[in-house]
Amino acid sequence: MLESDAASEAEAALFLRCYGRGLMAEFLQQFVNGLAVGGIYALIALGYTMVYGVLKLINFAHGDLFTIGAYLGLTLLTSFGLADRVGPGVAVLLLVVMVMGFVAVIGIILERVAYRPLRNSPRLSAVVSALGASIFFQNAVMLIYGARFRVYPQNLLPKISLNLLGIYIPLVKILVLVVCVIMMVGLYLFIQRTTIGTAIRAAAIDQEAARLVGINVDGVITLVFIIGPALGGLAGLMVGILYGQIKFTMGWIYGLKAFTAAILGGIGNIPGAMLGGLILGVVEALGSAYISIAWKDAIAFCVLILILVVKPTGLLGERVAEKV
Amino acid sequence: MALLSVQRLTKSFGGLLAVHNVSFDVFSGEIVGIIGPNGAGKTTVFNLITGIYKPDQGEIVFDQHSIVGKAPHDIVKLGIARTFQTIRLFSNLSVLENVMAGAHCRMSSGVLGAMLRLPGQRREEREKIEEAMELLGLVGLQDFYDYLAGSLSYGNQRLLEIARALATHPRLLILDEPAGGMNERETEELIKLIGKIRDKGVTVLLIEHDMNVVMKICERIVVLEYGSTIAEGTPEEIQSNPKVIEAYLGTDEDE
Amino acid sequence: MKFNRKRFYLAAVPIFFLVPLILNPYWVDVLNSIGLYALLGLSLNLIVGYAGLFNLGHAAFYAVGAYTSAILNTTYHIPILLLLPVAGLAAGIFALIVARPIIHLRGDYLCIVTIGVGEIVRIALINDVFGITGGANGIFGIARPRIFGMVIRTPHQFFYLIWLFVAITVFLFYRLEDSRVGRALNYIREDEVAAEACGINVAHYKLISFVVGATWAGMAGNIFAAKMTIISPESFSFWESVLMFTLIILGGAGSIEGVLLGAFLIIGLPEIFRELSNARMLFFGAAMIAMMIFRPEGLIPPVPKKYRVFSGTDRGETT
Repeated sequence: MLESDAASEAEAALFLRCYGRGLMAEFLQQFVNGLAVGGIYALIALGYTMVYGVLKLINFAHGDLFTIGAYLGLTLLTSFGLADRVGPGVAVLLLVVMVMGFVAVIGIILERVAYRPLRNSPRLSAVVSALGASIFFQNAVMLIYGARFRVYPQNLLPKISLNLLGIYIPLVKILVLVVCVIMMVGLYLFIQRTTIGTAIRAAAIDQEAARLVGINVDGVITLVFIIGPALGGLAGLMVGILYGQIKFTMGWIYGLKAFTAAILGGIGNIPGAMLGGLILGVVEALGSAYISIAWKDAIAFCVLILILVVKPTGLLGERVAEKV
Repeated sequence: MALLSVQRLTKSFGGLLAVHNVSFDVFSGEIVGIIGPNGAGKTTVFNLITGIYKPDQGEIVFDQHSIVGKAPHDIVKLGIARTFQTIRLFSNLSVLENVMAGAHCRMSSGVLGAMLRLPGQRREEREKIEEAMELLGLVGLQDFYDYLAGSLSYGNQRLLEIARALATHPRLLILDEPAGGMNERETEELIKLIGKIRDKGVTVLLIEHDMNVVMKICERIVVLEYGSTIAEGTPEEIQSNPKVIEAYLGTDEDE
Repeated sequence: MKFNRKRFYLAAVPIFFLVPLILNPYWVDVLNSIGLYALLGLSLNLIVGYAGLFNLGHAAFYAVGAYTSAILNTTYHIPILLLLPVAGLAAGIFALIVARPIIHLRGDYLCIVTIGVGEIVRIALINDVFGITGGANGIFGIARPRIFGMVIRTPHQFFYLIWLFVAITVFLFYRLEDSRVGRALNYIREDEVAAEACGINVAHYKLISFVVGATWAGMAGNIFAAKMTIISPESFSFWESVLMFTLIILGGAGSIEGVLLGAFLIIGLPEIFRELSNARMLFFGAAMIAMMIFRPEGLIPPVPKKYRVFSGTDRGETT
């Protein structure tokens, strides 16, 4: 009797260990997935939060800048055959630089045309203008590239997976995560440690006062519209590489989620946007794995509404002075 | 029994102690003035009384009921109306409509009444429009009734704000620097107007920098400095109070 | 512009109601679409134009009304027209529940939350929440309206149903505009703090604008369901909310005439320029930006109200 009890006990223990490890591995897998997607949300969120911090404007067109980045990468890879000309490694580097640069330029144009003339107009005007810009960009992309899914060439990066902590993580995901972290850390240091970064923070707190102490606020705004869109474009490129498929409507859903992330972290708060993006990515990944994948998008919106109702200043607090 | 009793009122904003242990009473029919240097907390006291802020400590009793924690619109219904230091009119609406805003809380028709034009609703509208015109007559703006409020002169805008506040049928009218930006003639008219308002049975509590106005019409004066009361009394007492003189050396009118 | 409202309507309305007699069904159907969007615009105008709240999720209320009608009609065979007030009530209650916790939010935040609400409703509809919404395929087989035994089926017949409803709505909303409630909403839009300080319960009236606006959108949804006989989540997307929002802004937020004009332009113009159909969205987006820069108040902005006053012995009367 005792013998078989001990044996079945040992069996049960082994089973639990494997099952537990399986559960753990599953959890870690989703967690890492969430981090990768969260990093992308974070990059996009940074664009929203920086623009909102300085202009108090929700740049509805930001998600479409993200889309433009993705499609531009596509063009460079397919029509331009970048990878064939210079080899995959260099191609990726060039892609990043060119996409970020191009989208930054579009960002500057966007600011000049759609937002600068409305600096002194009521908020509603800027909101409508932003919506108009979003519609314009989205449909321009659709006209140029068509309404169906477009596929990214899959031969860009080696399709290997690394085995960490018992789970298999594709190299691509690790690279995405690494790039995101580098960008975020870089931006954080830039904002906190450089003079220009301080100028941006000053303009975000009080534009008038910043002007009065000699900060070139127009220049700061232009800079914000370079950095934000550049990061957004990069995120678009990474989505294309990571998921292989892009559609002209992707800016809408990614944009809204990134905006949720920015709000979650505290709109106007740069570390907040990073944190918010990562958290949202993980919550979404875990939620869609353990609850239901159909409601994945709804999770982000529920998070959004919950935050705005319960703690609108976000996790790290809104970096905007509230006028009493 | 005081109409309004403010007791040990205290309010901080972050690290800044704006109002500290302020207490005073206002009796029915009085005209009481609050004076003090800039930043003394006068407007904060008004904001506390009218419910825009909640006090950290202290009590505000109006007509023997505590009003701490009540919403601003409820406090108006109870009978306290105010004007703002920086004028807050509805600039893009007509003068008459601005006064009608005050009448809102003394009317009762809702969505259905509006859509169906029930007899009660129509009568209410007529009556309130007439009443609003009377109030405009009281402040001397009846000829401007269909002008855009934003197009009035500064002094007239202040008068309009007073008319709007009166439309709420207040027992206590709180005026925040009503003479701000007025010239001598306008100020004299304002003094007469405040007297008329008091004669109609409305108690007046006002903040003012113009010592001329304060000394002429206030029966009692409360002096604040750095958030605390430093003196209270009649105009004569205040004028000769050394603490007041030290804190607040009369005012030269800035042009 | 000097615009005598009464004379305009007296002249235009009869002509307008005779127009379908000379148009082919396609264009009558366009007018029907315009009518529905006019209803939606007017209902959203209460929220955006009068109260000044940014609502970019109005399609959710439209959907609640449409789906309530569709479900009750196809399940219990209740005549669709009878469900008109039910649809409105459902949408109104939904708005009350949803708006109550968010009504105090600052402009931009409220905007985002309304977008979120609209999306959640759409996702819920696609996911067949409670098993009654039919998922992505929606609900079909909705009955046609019957009035005194006559079935309303053709575009011409729907024209009169829809535009009669529009006419009633316009009539009632003019009255609402010129009333205590309408004024309260305007005060809130102009300066919330001052309105509160005048004794207006700002939160309450903001809610009223949402609930009444939602109720009307719900009723529009009922008519839409009856007209299409099939409804699916696609018709209630964010894009629809943007369309309603934009037509108000371009036409003139806060002015009933502006909203009507906006509906005609937003729906009518793309129809006229069908050939350029692909590029028209491009123009739409560019037009929005341009309008905000050059004419933000819209094509027909609201004009300050004129009051009839009797001052003392001078019984002056203004129109």
